[in-house]
Amino acid sequence: MSDIKKFMYVNRRAPYGTIYAWESLEVVLIGAAFEQDVSLAFIDDGVYQLTKGQDTSGIDMKNFSPTYSALGDYEVNKIYVEKESLEERGLTLDDLQHLVWEDEDDDWAEKDSIRLVSRAEMADVLAEQDILFNF
Amino acid sequence: MKLTIQVNEGPYQHQSSDTAYHFTKAALEKGHEIFRVFFYHDGVNNGTRLTTPPQDDRNVVKRWSELAAEHDLDLVICVAAAQRRGIVDDGEAERNGKDATNIAPGFRISGLGQLIEGGIQSDRLVVFGD
Repeated sequence: MSDIKKFMYVNRRAPYGTIYAWESLEVVLIGAAFEQDVSLAFIDDGVYQLTKGQDTSGIDMKNFSPTYSALGDYEVNKIYVEKESLEERGLTLDDLQHLVWEDEDDDWAEKDSIRLVSRAEMADVLAEQDILFNF
Repeated sequence: MKLTIQVNEGPYQHQSSDTAYHFTKAALEKGHEIFRVFFYHDGVNNGTRLTTPPQDDRNVVKRWSELAAEHDLDLVICVAAAQRRGIVDDGEAERNGKDATNIAPGFRISGLGQLIEGGIQSDRLVVFGD
C-alpha cells in the first residue's frame, strides 16, 4: 500500500433528484475502511444534502439523510460546505444538520465536522487533494 | 503513468462512456498502464452483453470487451450499483435467485473497495461523468 492520500468527495447535486448523492455516500462509507485522509465538499445544490428535517414520505424514496450524522463514527470529520452555495439558496448553517465527531486525542471531546468556507477557500482545498471523486 | 478510470454514466445516453473508452484506448497506445476501469452509477450499464445497438452505430459494450481482451484490462462493475440496475453474473444470479445473467465478456462484478484501491494504487484517478 502506498502512503496515505488525500481523498475528497465533491457533492454537487440535490439529494433525491438523482442517485448521485446516495451512491456518493456509499463510496464514502466503504472508503472509510481504507484509512486515507478523507474529506467531503458540498457545493452548489449539494448543500441541500445536509439540510435537516428531510421528509421523503411524499416521494416514496428512502430518506438517507440520517446517515450523514454517522460519518463522525467513521472518522470522516472534515466536511467543507461552501458559503456562497448556501447564500445563493437562502440557506444558513442553521438549516443544516449539526454534524459532530469525537476527538479521541482530546478526551473524546465532541467537535463540529462542518467547516464553512468561501468559494475561494474551497478552491484551495480542492487543489490540495490527491484524489477527487466528483458526484 | 498508472491510471484508474471511473465511468459514471451509461452507454448512448451520455457521451462520458464513449469518452472514457477513447481516453483509455489512447492512454494504452501511449504506453500508460490502466490499473483498472471501474463502472459506477448508470455506468454499470456499459457491461451488459444484451445490448443491441443498430448496426450502423458503435457497439459501446462490445468495444470495452474487445479492449479488455486485447490489453488484459480489469473492468470492474460496482456490485451495489449493479444490483439496483440489474447487471448480473453467475455469482450474483445464484446469491439473489435470478433466472438469468447478462454480464458482458471481460467484465467482473465487485465492491466499491476496488475503486478506492484504484485511487490508492494509481498515479491518477480519472473520472468520466456528468
